[in-house]
Amino acid sequence: MTSLWPRIEPLLAQVTKPARYIGGELGARRPVHAPGRVAWLLLYPDTYEIGLPNQGLQILYEILNERPDAVAERAYAPWTDMEAAMRAAGVPLFSLEGSLPAGDFDVLAFNLSAELTYTNVLNLVDLAGVPVRSADRTPAHPVVMAGGHCAFNPEPLADFVDAFVLGDGEEAVGEVTEVIAAWQASGGGERAELLAALATVPGVYVPSCYEAVYRDGRLTGVVPRAPGVPERVEKRTISDLGQWPYPKQQLVPLIEVVHDRLNVEVFRGCTRGCRFCQAGMITRPVRERPGAQVEQMVREGLARTGYDEVSLTSLSSADFSGIEGAVSSIINDPECSGQVSVSLPSLRVDAFTVGLAAEIQKVRRTGLTFAPEGGTWRMRQVINKLIREEDLYSAVDAAFSQGWRRVKLYFLIGLPTETDEDVLGIARLARTCVEIGRRHHRDVTVTASVGGFVPKPQTPFQWFGQNTIEELRRKVGLLKDAARRTRGLTLRWHDPEATAAEGMVSRGDRRMGAVVEHVWRAGGTFQEWSEHFDIGRWQRALEAAGLGLEENVYRHRDEHEVLPWDHLSAGLHRDFLWQDFQEALAEHGLEDCRWTPCYDCGVCTGLGVEHMVASAVPPAGGSQGTGQDLGTGGSVPVRFLESPVPVTGGVRAGNDTAAVVTAPAPGADVAVVGAGPG
Amino acid sequence: MMTLRARFTKLGRVRWTSHRDVARMWERALRRARVPVAYTAGFSPRPRLSFGLALPTGCESLAEYVDVALAEALAPADLATLLVGLFPEGVDVAAVAAVEPGGPSLQEEVSSCSWEIEVPGMTPDALAEAIGRVLDADALPLRRERKGRDVVDDLRPSVLALSCCRADGAGVQLCAELATRPRGVRPSELARVMGVELGLARRTCQWIERDGSRREPLLADLHGPAAAWERAS
Repeated sequence: MTSLWPRIEPLLAQVTKPARYIGGELGARRPVHAPGRVAWLLLYPDTYEIGLPNQGLQILYEILNERPDAVAERAYAPWTDMEAAMRAAGVPLFSLEGSLPAGDFDVLAFNLSAELTYTNVLNLVDLAGVPVRSADRTPAHPVVMAGGHCAFNPEPLADFVDAFVLGDGEEAVGEVTEVIAAWQASGGGERAELLAALATVPGVYVPSCYEAVYRDGRLTGVVPRAPGVPERVEKRTISDLGQWPYPKQQLVPLIEVVHDRLNVEVFRGCTRGCRFCQAGMITRPVRERPGAQVEQMVREGLARTGYDEVSLTSLSSADFSGIEGAVSSIINDPECSGQVSVSLPSLRVDAFTVGLAAEIQKVRRTGLTFAPEGGTWRMRQVINKLIREEDLYSAVDAAFSQGWRRVKLYFLIGLPTETDEDVLGIARLARTCVEIGRRHHRDVTVTASVGGFVPKPQTPFQWFGQNTIEELRRKVGLLKDAARRTRGLTLRWHDPEATAAEGMVSRGDRRMGAVVEHVWRAGGTFQEWSEHFDIGRWQRALEAAGLGLEENVYRHRDEHEVLPWDHLSAGLHRDFLWQDFQEALAEHGLEDCRWTPCYDCGVCTGLGVEHMVASAVPPAGGSQGTGQDLGTGGSVPVRFLESPVPVTGGVRAGNDTAAVVTAPAPGADVAVVGAGPG
Repeated sequence: MMTLRARFTKLGRVRWTSHRDVARMWERALRRARVPVAYTAGFSPRPRLSFGLALPTGCESLAEYVDVALAEALAPADLATLLVGLFPEGVDVAAVAAVEPGGPSLQEEVSSCSWEIEVPGMTPDALAEAIGRVLDADALPLRRERKGRDVVDDLRPSVLALSCCRADGAGVQLCAELATRPRGVRPSELARVMGVELGLARRTCQWIERDGSRREPLLADLHGPAAAWERAS
């Protein structure tokens, strides 16, 4: 492999943000390629600024480079100007570290965090000079792999990606490396042999080893083509986050990126049980990092990187049982000398959380974000986001009284059972928040950010028919009318057309691959970017593939219908999900199983793992904002990280489970993950 | 409180980063080095760093400057030592000196910059002719955008010196001294008015003009080993 740098550098003067393409970050490796070392190129299918902070990719980057039998480099999607310059100059996709041609690597491994990036996946494979369809590749081509949240319904990419990894990638990447190394050492025969061998690695799904069967235009099953591959692929789960203190050397980019700060993952998984939230469902159970390790990673990370901000990441960081200790150790550390700020990406809606935020944000109190998601208590019971109105108001009151001037509220529209009253409840809540703010300041801003709900695979709402573009537009219109003339209230909404396109892919079966390919061939890259998104391309592609919005997006699925991801498991029992869906329709909430009896969702028992929390008692204020009565409960065991904490009054929990292919993106917000690009 | 002025390079790949990116590199390096930097007061405290003229993205430099305000006294040589190895490849601190407290900022003081500019695909004769045209011109109007509006500026008064400083197998190179006031001229703008292609441009010096003579912003303040440090080259 030879460096393409002499051919790359002349292109840089022609493009925006040329430093996207130079690498050179603190923490970047310069691995030595050699025979016997499997060369991975880790790719994020969006721009450098979006992709670089991705923690999952950085974790795997380090783990692979620590192995004697692997090397890993990185690449991100070149922006359209750079892509045009590269294609004109005949320069293929290249790695940032060595400027090496992507097509020379053994593995191209994609992180899939959002459905609308799929067209970029195809584009990057093509830019690498590799055939976009798996079936057209030869043994000389790299293996194209993918992981991440979207891998839990990989069918729309089944024709393009050779193998998917479901769940946590920390252990699986090593096993995949060994399979590839063994295949190479044996002389590298047929590609099909390699893929068949990969299909035997737990957690690895090789679509070409499975046949999608249809009857009367509907999928009836995805079944193994040959013996030796599992009928059902179960996700991977690391049981103890404390054994994986990664990234140890977080990359510090030379240019500004999103989440540009030190990120320390404090726990993985979430059992709040929000029914719209795919991240919370597929990453069970809860696995906390030991508090002392969090403190060490923060201390060492700040000293090494020079960042003045650290984010304690997870799906709901105020739920971390060691949160107060971690926060106080950072802000009281003399070496931080008061110059370090801490952020908690997903704030729970309660006064405790605001108090915590006040503690850590002594300066720069600009805005706080809460995600009530639903406009009425009824709606929030349906989605199991059990925030009472008074919880929200007391949180907002606390925020304004402690100096914040801007509050942002996240909501979803298009949820199951939603009525116009629920939608208008959003405006009502937001208006009340403005009024509360006025008691403290003359000028306050409340922003209500509204996303259209996209039902996600492996969640209780996977059967629900998504709202049409027209219906979402109508609901946005209701809100616009209701929010008009309220000074201090700003309404933002996600484009209903983009929501529809996301819905096509989110629950699509293998036939949706033709749509993704059509949109890509028509020039539809960077579909997460509103300036590049065009629903017309998607509609034409859908038509060309003989598919329709009604059948694939808007239709309610019935209880016994085969879903395209039924052969893949995040550990959740399908009957648990169905039951939870019925509870939702009946407006019944479900408490967090960390501190109450097991609901038998299937994850803990199936995986033989348990919740791992550092404390048997809920975090201070833990019942706030959930409406949860913690006085009742059974006696499911909890495994403790450190010395067991005495359990009083028969509470406690246990259950559940698992995790993600690649760790959640820093700052992944429950609402945003559930709602799609928001 | 004291202020140290540092001269540093920006060479190689890192030239593709922006002026703001360089500022952030300095903030992080100073924090990593635990340099006792003074912070601004107020709502959003920032380290008190003051950079000179922005270097256009894509240009190299041997002479970038930053003033670092300190909360505690620190010897220039110690600042240089603390910062060793804390910058990306291509950024190197070459000299440090104390500056008079309360003196003018780099932005206010620097009046011109020297540049070496590669001009690809040109013969020495053609370059000499282009140089002659510029030097003989009464005016060099250039249309450029400022605050969203198109304006026409005359660049001629800003071209203080222009010559061919290298012509060999590796190509031809232009040496220019360009004024920074009333408005700076970028190498790309010079190339546009000359009608030549712009290759690699490298800032080699920044100059302060005072009392009819020009001097370099940092060497001007070298008073002795205690007040200044310069890398042995």
